[in-house]
Amino acid sequence: MSAPRGTPPDIPQPESFSFDPEVLEAAEAIIAKYPEGRQASAVLPLLDLAQRQHDGWLPRAAMNYVAGMLDMAPIRVYEVATFYTMYNLSPVGENHVQVCTNLPCWLRGSSRVAEACERVLGIGMGETTEDGKFTLSEVECLGACVNAPMVQINDDYYEDLDASSTETILTELKSGETPKTGSRIGRRSCEPIGGLTSLTGDGEAGD
Amino acid sequence: MLQDQDRIFTNIYGFDDPFLAGARSRGDWDGTKDILAKGREWIVEEIKNSGLRGRGGAGFGTGLKWSFMPKESDGRPHYLVVNADEGEPGTCKDREIMRHDPHKLVEGCLVAGFGMGAHAAYIYVRGEFYRETEALQRAVDEAYDAGLLGDDACGSGWKMDVHVHRGAGAYICGEETALIESLEGKKGQPRLKPPFPANAGLYGCPTTVNNVESIAVAPEILRRGADWFAGFGRQNNTGTKLFNISGHVEQPCTVEEEMSIPLKTLIEKHAGGVLGGWDNLLAVIPGGASVPVIPKSICDNVLMDFDALREVQSGLGTAAVMVMDKSTDIIQAIARLSAFYKHESCGQCTPCREGTGWMMRVMNRMVAGDASLEEIDILDEVTRQVEGHTICALGDAAAWPIQGLIRHFRDEIEDRIRKRGGAAQAAE
Repeated sequence: MSAPRGTPPDIPQPESFSFDPEVLEAAEAIIAKYPEGRQASAVLPLLDLAQRQHDGWLPRAAMNYVAGMLDMAPIRVYEVATFYTMYNLSPVGENHVQVCTNLPCWLRGSSRVAEACERVLGIGMGETTEDGKFTLSEVECLGACVNAPMVQINDDYYEDLDASSTETILTELKSGETPKTGSRIGRRSCEPIGGLTSLTGDGEAGD
Repeated sequence: MLQDQDRIFTNIYGFDDPFLAGARSRGDWDGTKDILAKGREWIVEEIKNSGLRGRGGAGFGTGLKWSFMPKESDGRPHYLVVNADEGEPGTCKDREIMRHDPHKLVEGCLVAGFGMGAHAAYIYVRGEFYRETEALQRAVDEAYDAGLLGDDACGSGWKMDVHVHRGAGAYICGEETALIESLEGKKGQPRLKPPFPANAGLYGCPTTVNNVESIAVAPEILRRGADWFAGFGRQNNTGTKLFNISGHVEQPCTVEEEMSIPLKTLIEKHAGGVLGGWDNLLAVIPGGASVPVIPKSICDNVLMDFDALREVQSGLGTAAVMVMDKSTDIIQAIARLSAFYKHESCGQCTPCREGTGWMMRVMNRMVAGDASLEEIDILDEVTRQVEGHTICALGDAAAWPIQGLIRHFRDEIEDRIRKRGGAAQAAE
């Protein structure tokens, strides 16, 4: 099981943090979505921006910076950063491979997908490769259950996997290629693979 | 069997253009101004008359929920909050709406927002849905550019803003008050009710939280009429519905079907049947991880709707159908869900924080048969001490799958304990 990730005490923390100009612009646009005085609503998306700017993890200085920007007590931001699983409080690999092992994926072979990841990357769950290219995590349901088993790597979903297609994806990533996202068995998305059973275009589709 | 002409989500698979031009060709944004011209009360009445029940799991009447919003503003703004924090294991329907038919949701925000006197809607999307958020944001931007949203939405004179907000990974934020807390920039820990969100929700203002699918079907119901929607399914269980069929079937898929369709028909017609045939079926979890499992004997005849599944002590939930054939270790399957609830408990209420961990540990021993027969009753009793004793329904959701297991597969648990006991004796 992946537990909420705390900050290990021995992680070297940068002295300071601030948004790059274009990130600052994006942050200001996000803050403007919320009513005046309710800028704390922007804390989740701003922490996400900070994490993206800082190689995929959130140092303490970034949390303090966001707290200052939103006029929040730093502890309120730490509370948020430690509650949600998508914030990484220590460095992660360039590719964060997250394997869903919840029931629908498990029923269709997520154990074999997880094994393939461990074998190809040479690391266990929760570990990062020495070259810093990959971090492997086991995660809860990612909401692509009719395309099980699946993994999320950074912002993309890879679906309808087995051991062999998982190996292909990771090998491509290792050699700097960009693997095809989505279904690996030739589906457009969530339609039945054997042929459409609805929306066949025979009758009048929709209104 | 539902005909294509009566399907609402005609681009659910994404074969056509998901964005504005494609959406308009599918009938979205057609006559929206006329709908709004019929007035707020008409919209709420029409949704009530359609029989639409919330598609996020609880099944509360959508029109009735809207009617709880104050008729006149007391000075505080009203908010519509759309729950797109789709994370109930087995459930992946809102994802397809957001990436393939996002304008149905955006138009729905306008008509629903108008119907409850709200000038702003926030769509809270689970953080992992990054690509889906991009598609939805693009649809929102298109709607603003075309004058469908904004100060004079669709030329109606009504100001409507729609904002997309990404979460950051927490199943509990699918609970409506936890979602509100999270949207305010806090940990997602549920609030005690009352006060209900309709009185004091987002920023302490009147708020209605609805599931993506509930909002996305509203414009089509208003265009075609309540009677059209109410013509599908059984009384009190009306309409069309997105079903997700996963697990041990030939062709896992998402499909829009008529409510009250027999489970067996749904699986055989759309998912290509159970692997190895219907007789190879062991059990089905018919509505997402939170609802109790039902064995094949019930699956043979049960209808897929709120009342029919409730009668067999399960539930329609999110209509996420997880199929398990006879190769499944059913105890391990339920134990996996226990591990999930342990992981996702927010820790606020003691029965859930301590109970989910305890239940998971006992379930793990049951998987190995490393337990005594008396512990089955103790486990059942503990689930009942968690159920109903927490602020939100996560405690119930953790309890019900185990109760379903014990109700229908007690023999299996006992057999395993006996076998393990026998093996231990033989080893001595």
